[in-house]
Amino acid sequence: MITVEGISKTFLVAKREPGLKHAVKSLFHREYTAVEALQDISFLIAPGEIVGYIGPNGAGKSTTIKVMSGILVPDRGSCTIKGFTPWLDRVNYVKHIGVVFGQRSQLWWDVPVIDSFELLRDIYNVPQAEYKKTLTLLVETLDLGSIMNTPVRQLSLGQRMRCEIAASLLHSPSILFLDEPTIGLDAVSKIAVRHFIKEINKEKGVTVILTTHDMNDIEALADRILLIGKGTLLYDGSVSGLRSRFGTRRTITADYHENTKPLEIPGASLLSWTPERAIISVDTEQVMISEAITSLSSQVELLDVTIDTQPIEDIIVQMYKEYEI
Amino acid sequence: MMKAYLSVFRLRINMGLQYRAAALAGIATQFFFGFMFVMIFQAFYAHSVSTPPMTLAAVITYTWLKQAFLAFIMLWFRDNELFGLITSGNIAYEMCRPSDIYGLWYAKLLATRLSSALLRCFPILLITLILPRPYRLELPADLLTFVLFIAVLLVGLLMIVAISMLIYISVFVTMSPSGSIMLFAIFGEFLSGLIIPVPLMPGWMQHIVNALPFHWTADFPFRVFTGDLSKSEALVGLAAQAAWLIGLVALGKILMNKALRRVVVQGG
Amino acid sequence: MKLYFKYMLMLLRSEMQYRGSFLLMTFCQCLTPFVTFAGVYFMFERFGELKGWSFYEVALCFAVTQVAFSFTECFARGFDVFSSLVVSGNFDRLLVRPRSTVVQVLGSRFEFARIGRLLLSAGVLVWAASQIEASWTPLKVVALVLMVVSGVVIFTGIFILAAAISFWTVQGLEVANIFTDGGREMIQYPLNIYHKWVKRFFTFIIPFACVNYLPLLYILGRDGADHPLYALLPLIGIVFIAPCLLVWRIGVRHYRSTGS
Repeated sequence: MITVEGISKTFLVAKREPGLKHAVKSLFHREYTAVEALQDISFLIAPGEIVGYIGPNGAGKSTTIKVMSGILVPDRGSCTIKGFTPWLDRVNYVKHIGVVFGQRSQLWWDVPVIDSFELLRDIYNVPQAEYKKTLTLLVETLDLGSIMNTPVRQLSLGQRMRCEIAASLLHSPSILFLDEPTIGLDAVSKIAVRHFIKEINKEKGVTVILTTHDMNDIEALADRILLIGKGTLLYDGSVSGLRSRFGTRRTITADYHENTKPLEIPGASLLSWTPERAIISVDTEQVMISEAITSLSSQVELLDVTIDTQPIEDIIVQMYKEYEI
Repeated sequence: MMKAYLSVFRLRINMGLQYRAAALAGIATQFFFGFMFVMIFQAFYAHSVSTPPMTLAAVITYTWLKQAFLAFIMLWFRDNELFGLITSGNIAYEMCRPSDIYGLWYAKLLATRLSSALLRCFPILLITLILPRPYRLELPADLLTFVLFIAVLLVGLLMIVAISMLIYISVFVTMSPSGSIMLFAIFGEFLSGLIIPVPLMPGWMQHIVNALPFHWTADFPFRVFTGDLSKSEALVGLAAQAAWLIGLVALGKILMNKALRRVVVQGG
Repeated sequence: MKLYFKYMLMLLRSEMQYRGSFLLMTFCQCLTPFVTFAGVYFMFERFGELKGWSFYEVALCFAVTQVAFSFTECFARGFDVFSSLVVSGNFDRLLVRPRSTVVQVLGSRFEFARIGRLLLSAGVLVWAASQIEASWTPLKVVALVLMVVSGVVIFTGIFILAAAISFWTVQGLEVANIFTDGGREMIQYPLNIYHKWVKRFFTFIIPFACVNYLPLLYILGRDGADHPLYALLPLIGIVFIAPCLLVWRIGVRHYRSTGS
């Protein structure tokens, strides 16, 4: 069980202005701007959940992850994970979590993967028998057998990410933090990584919290998303809930016999228009799809109509706009 | 052609100027080491059994010049970008450019040294000029000596860049930037008179030092400044420096072409 | 401690991937003190003595310092290059592991090539010790060993302090060289050749005098330093590590509250 309550964090960022005069001045007196990275963030995560944590760059995603993994101490608020306050009892707490920073490696660059794993076993003090068991399972599910003896520097990005994830699970943590686990991967590797995350979640009941910019990750994995912007939590709920709340727009693409008269459909907006085809956006909360089509068919002789729901990607962009983040 | 060199040059100077904190730290460090060397020399001079071939005042001035112009005379400088090009094999891209690589790299290294020295030498020189005796940096006796000093210092700088080009070229063979630098820098430092001034070395060592190019880059200019060498010696030395410079650049170009040919044959 | 050796083994294995470069570096590393030492030798050839100190006495002082320093550089190099760990953000990685940060930073880097330097300095140490005019007693040998051990501890302390600066700023870290490289260069010579304030600084602020100069007086039986307690002075030097570790802890706490 993860309980986060009222977490706030403010950073002081030194003001830097160009010019020699200012540089000299700043040696003696520095001016700071306070940046509120997190404002009163609260949420609960139940064991075994997969939660997608999303938001634009600089919204506070990694700050939250850092607080939850015990790296950063917040200014206010409380956080209890498995009975620990992460930043108070760091050494004991981190035994229970695994962390993958997608952009940084935890493997030793010049030695075979297996050597890194063995060192991690010693760092986490994993008993040999248990280590053997976990390793066999990981090697199997992540298909690492053929690369265990290859130095990390010779691995492809996809292979490396699989090893990174395996490395953070060697001590069988019950909570896994994934910070952009699919960044830079090709389509095949992305799918493999997603598949594996799903699997360990199901098999071992590992709670997964992942940040990502790839909405396909979210759709494939997360039961629930947390949306953060400018340091505040904007949405906490399921993906389908998000769709019904924000994804109320549909796009209608209509082909028809040549018609030079401009179209007019109440409650809908015309995205593009030619004498043969029109693309129309409809907000289903204002106009029903059937009404829009009726109105259309009264004006032109329809040949073909397709209706598309909004991709989640667009919903997110729309949400960002709506919240001005 | 010249334009390409100049823009490499300007870029470097601008970049160097941005690291003001590093420059300040560097100055403080140079001062500390300078004082330490001066104190050690003082201690040696205090109970000298015979008359040393250089006065203490000259040795102190020598030491401060060394600290102020460190960027001109050290072989320790490393440009990781260039090393990276060589060891990763990306040098092949560099060869697509229309300019001659030797010239471009030479300009880059020269600019790095100039920008770093410009930031650091003036504060050190200014302060050491007003230090109480015997710690003070003593100015040369006349203007002509000073002009000569500037001339030989600059030719010395051109020489040191030519020598460091040889370090970069040697990396084609050793593939170990740190190893190459250390090998050159350790011996170079001693042979340039940076550990102890050449006149204080035993006679047999001085013969070795004089046969090699290194002392022309540091020991020679500094002794012109202190008046340890006469004006006519300085002029003769200037000619010798020029000859060495031509030789070193020629050698560097030949070796570089050879090394590059090998890269092309191996396919990078 | 066991973990530390595991780290060491791992990094040794990495290093061995580039064997040629490693051997070249080891060779070069042993040249560094060699040329410095040659400088000292030439100065003695020219001047005969140094404020009453003979060549072998200074050589002993030089060797103790170099052995301690190269040992530290070999095994505590992680602190020497620590700022890069902060800049790259990889320090976060250490914080999510259930081990103390000090052990992990120590284990993050070893400079095995420094062994070349260590061996050469150790050779000079033995040679100088056999040449000085001193009657060796067991206590003097103990003093000599303690000098080296305590020297390692103090240099490690200074490395930790210098590394801790990067928690606040990573600019102008070159200043720390004054205390690492500068300290080494300074105490290569007996401290009484310098000004009084230098001697005081390196006795009371950074207790180098306790590991080097004062026990050396005892070994040589100079200046009335014949009380056996002088031999145990290096133990005081070891205390120096305590405030360094404290500053490190404060630094880590600062890092964790600012995340800079």
